[in-house]
Amino acid sequence: MKVVVCVKQIPDPNTTGQLDPTTHLLKREGVEVVLDPGDEFGVEAGLQLVEAQGGEVTVVSMGPERGVDAVRKALAMGAAKGVLISDDALRGSDALTTARVLAAAIRREGFDLVITATESTDGYTGVVPQMIAELLDVPAVTFAKTLEVDGTTLKVKRQTEAGFDLVESALPAVVSVTAGVNEPRYPSLKGIMGAKSKPLDRLTPGDLGLDGAGGGTAGQGITGVEPAPQRAAGSIVKDDGEGYKLIADFLAEKKVI
Amino acid sequence: MAVTERAPRTRALSPSDLFAIDELLSDDERLIRDTVRAFVRERALPVIPDHFEAGTFPRELVPGVAELGLLGMHLHGYGCAGTTATAYGVACEELEAGDSGLRSFVSVQGSLAMFPIWSYGSDEQKARWLPEMAAGRAIGCFGLTEPDAGSDPSSMRTSARRDGGDWVINGTKMWITNGSIADIAVVWAMTDSGVRGFLIERGTRGFTTSDVHNKLSLRASVTSELSFDAVRVPDSSVLPEVSGMRGPLTCLNEARFGIGWGTMGAARACFESALEYSKTRRAFGKPIAAMQLTQQKLANMATAIVQGRLLAHRLGTLKDQGRLHPVQVSITKRANVRTALDIARSARTILGANGITLEYPVARHMANLESVLTYEGTEEVHTLIIGKELTGENAFA
Repeated sequence: MKVVVCVKQIPDPNTTGQLDPTTHLLKREGVEVVLDPGDEFGVEAGLQLVEAQGGEVTVVSMGPERGVDAVRKALAMGAAKGVLISDDALRGSDALTTARVLAAAIRREGFDLVITATESTDGYTGVVPQMIAELLDVPAVTFAKTLEVDGTTLKVKRQTEAGFDLVESALPAVVSVTAGVNEPRYPSLKGIMGAKSKPLDRLTPGDLGLDGAGGGTAGQGITGVEPAPQRAAGSIVKDDGEGYKLIADFLAEKKVI
Repeated sequence: MAVTERAPRTRALSPSDLFAIDELLSDDERLIRDTVRAFVRERALPVIPDHFEAGTFPRELVPGVAELGLLGMHLHGYGCAGTTATAYGVACEELEAGDSGLRSFVSVQGSLAMFPIWSYGSDEQKARWLPEMAAGRAIGCFGLTEPDAGSDPSSMRTSARRDGGDWVINGTKMWITNGSIADIAVVWAMTDSGVRGFLIERGTRGFTTSDVHNKLSLRASVTSELSFDAVRVPDSSVLPEVSGMRGPLTCLNEARFGIGWGTMGAARACFESALEYSKTRRAFGKPIAAMQLTQQKLANMATAIVQGRLLAHRLGTLKDQGRLHPVQVSITKRANVRTALDIARSARTILGANGITLEYPVARHMANLESVLTYEGTEEVHTLIIGKELTGENAFA
């Protein structure tokens, strides 16, 4: 079984990100960068599938040259091959351009299943997985909290507000997995030492036949950035023995219970 | 006229890596660093303070440590990862940023128990023990120190005498990390032909252990006494490839190498805790970070950490190039433990009363480092080793 996992290198979410005031893009220079923690779940899910059923995991990433560290971490975790598509022209690409580049790379590799996170932990557009599926002309199954493959059928529990839906799809397909779908492994030292000898393709959009489509913002631009509204002050209630009702009512109002 | 020095406009430095020392690492070493750091943050630090308070070893961390490949990581073959010595140092630095007890466990397993088997063991001994120890399924300890023989190990009383084809061992070893949880003890004993190393399995008749309780340091680590009462082992238990004090001393050099790095992790944890605290704690209407005396403490700590880390990195480079001198290990161990202890104490003063609690890592590191100052060659012994190298005069006795 051939599993392709899409990964992205992002500024360390534990640090405070800063936007460039003119381009409105996240500053990526001079900040610690890491493999998106959300993508680690996808890598782990892919590794578990091929460990159970045979096959191998290829990781595909679009980003600057130093994004190779994120690909290498996925290789150290156990992926068999990496693909990194880099080009200065891709800087600041919108979701559709990103999806086109990733879809072209995935098609080049061949796949039974594409696994992505539901969204990146920096841009949060949350639409790339569905766009990739559309461009590859395969079903998109989103927000999987569990996934298994039975023959040529993908079975997932799809997270909903109320619980989950049981969804089945024929393969090939694209599935996006939620954070917490599994417990991502740490790369082992042997895995780290062995990652350098695994195949890693460094491509440009031109290599994928995307000279015209690669780069820029095909259909989406950032016109302005506003700071998030200040959080409203909470209310303090003295518990006179009936406080539990207020808590229960509050949770019910939020539809938590 | 007041003169204000105007710094050129430049990017902010990372307080934890003011001199971009991370750039001295290879890609692999950096990923190893990040991985061990994440493991310590996510798995170890949530449980260490409770274990420290309870005086128990976090045994539940052993499978994770083994899966990472940290046990005997710088050894080649037999299931070991075969990293550079620098990578081993970096791992020690990250483990000890968590707790010296955790780093001690890894040091003892890899450098004091696996290393002598790997270096001096027979093929059968290596095949039997090293894969199990790398996988964390067998735990090892190292018995050299005795109740009355610490800095002067050649005065040991533990003896091994031939009896037919066997050896009979009598004596007591003290302050043995991992002692009571060890499946295999590497024990150094005096024979008619000098000191030899023996592999003694847990459960061997006459071999018993008891833990040292009431420790105020390395509380998240097991420290034991090993007793040998006419313990009979076959000749195949002897480490065949070494005799004399060279055996244990070579092992100690391996472990001391890791301590030279590890202590900089403890120092960094204390510094980062104090820096963070100083920015939020207010006194006299402003953060204490704005006080000159606090800034002096922080500046001293940050500078000392840069110096200590550079020393450790140079030590790693020399070891990876195969031209490390034991005196260089002594210099690094002595200097960096003292640096870390001074930083822990200074950090404690910035945290005020909060600094003595387990809510912050500082007092825990400070207490641990008192042991680190003494074990693996006391500060005094390393001073004399350096002094002897400089002067040619032996001042030990």
